[in-house]
Amino acid sequence: MEHEQGHLIEYRTLLKVWAALVVLTGLLVAVSRISAAHAAWAMLTISPLKAALVIYFFMHLKYEGLLLKTMVFTALFTFLTFIGLMFVDISFR
Amino acid sequence: MSEAHRDYQGAKIGMWLFLFTEFMLFGGLFISYASYRAIYPAQFHHASAELDVFLGVANTLILLTSSLFVAASITAVQKGRKNLALMLLALTIAFGAWFLVNKYVEWGAHIRQGVYPNGPLLLKRPSGEILFFGLYYVMTGLHGLHVLAGALLLAFMLVLLAKDRIRQDDYVKLENSGLYWHLVDVIWIFLLPLFYLAA
Repeated sequence: MEHEQGHLIEYRTLLKVWAALVVLTGLLVAVSRISAAHAAWAMLTISPLKAALVIYFFMHLKYEGLLLKTMVFTALFTFLTFIGLMFVDISFR
Repeated sequence: MSEAHRDYQGAKIGMWLFLFTEFMLFGGLFISYASYRAIYPAQFHHASAELDVFLGVANTLILLTSSLFVAASITAVQKGRKNLALMLLALTIAFGAWFLVNKYVEWGAHIRQGVYPNGPLLLKRPSGEILFFGLYYVMTGLHGLHVLAGALLLAFMLVLLAKDRIRQDDYVKLENSGLYWHLVDVIWIFLLPLFYLAA
């Protein structure tokens, strides 16, 4: 019986991704200490980047087919739409 | 080798669909956090200063490292290195437990100071701070339950791997459990700046 199996990611690649995540965490903490505005921007840029690294490499999304990628981005887009609608709601109250 | 029906793609898609429901579960909480923070920015800022940044960052590094271990354990299984995979899985579970111990210490300190949901001391404070700590307990609590569930799931995978029910040619169960563990990590990536670094 033939089985489709997952893509193999070398230890070296995983280690590099981990190192990037640690560096980004340090950067996030350092930038957050400057001011509240910096903290907010760091949260909105560095955290999604960290999440993307985990999802792309650790969760193997980079090596998945178009179907799964489309599914993930649809879910993400739906959630971002909810957030956008929520802020619209707050600002017009 | 058994000829039982297996559907690798189907198993993975099923897991991702489940992860979307988890994502939306936390998503609703993230949205309530964002809306209340937009209403009470100064009080959220003030309350956040009481959280222990060191513990928050330490727990982030613990979870990131445990994510590396579980991802590496999958690579080890794919390469047929069972003992290495077993060791990496055991480390992942140990790091999950370490995370929960830190969380226990952290919550314990807040509770001793009277900062807990519906605590009389907390209720005397401005509504934005009450909301901040309410969200803090619900979101980190729900996340902590997910860490516990993930660690138990990985312990189950450890047993399956030891019994050769997870093998080089059939490891989708381990992969899906790993996906769950990574999701828990991704959620924590956002909890760190929202609660610990908002001051």
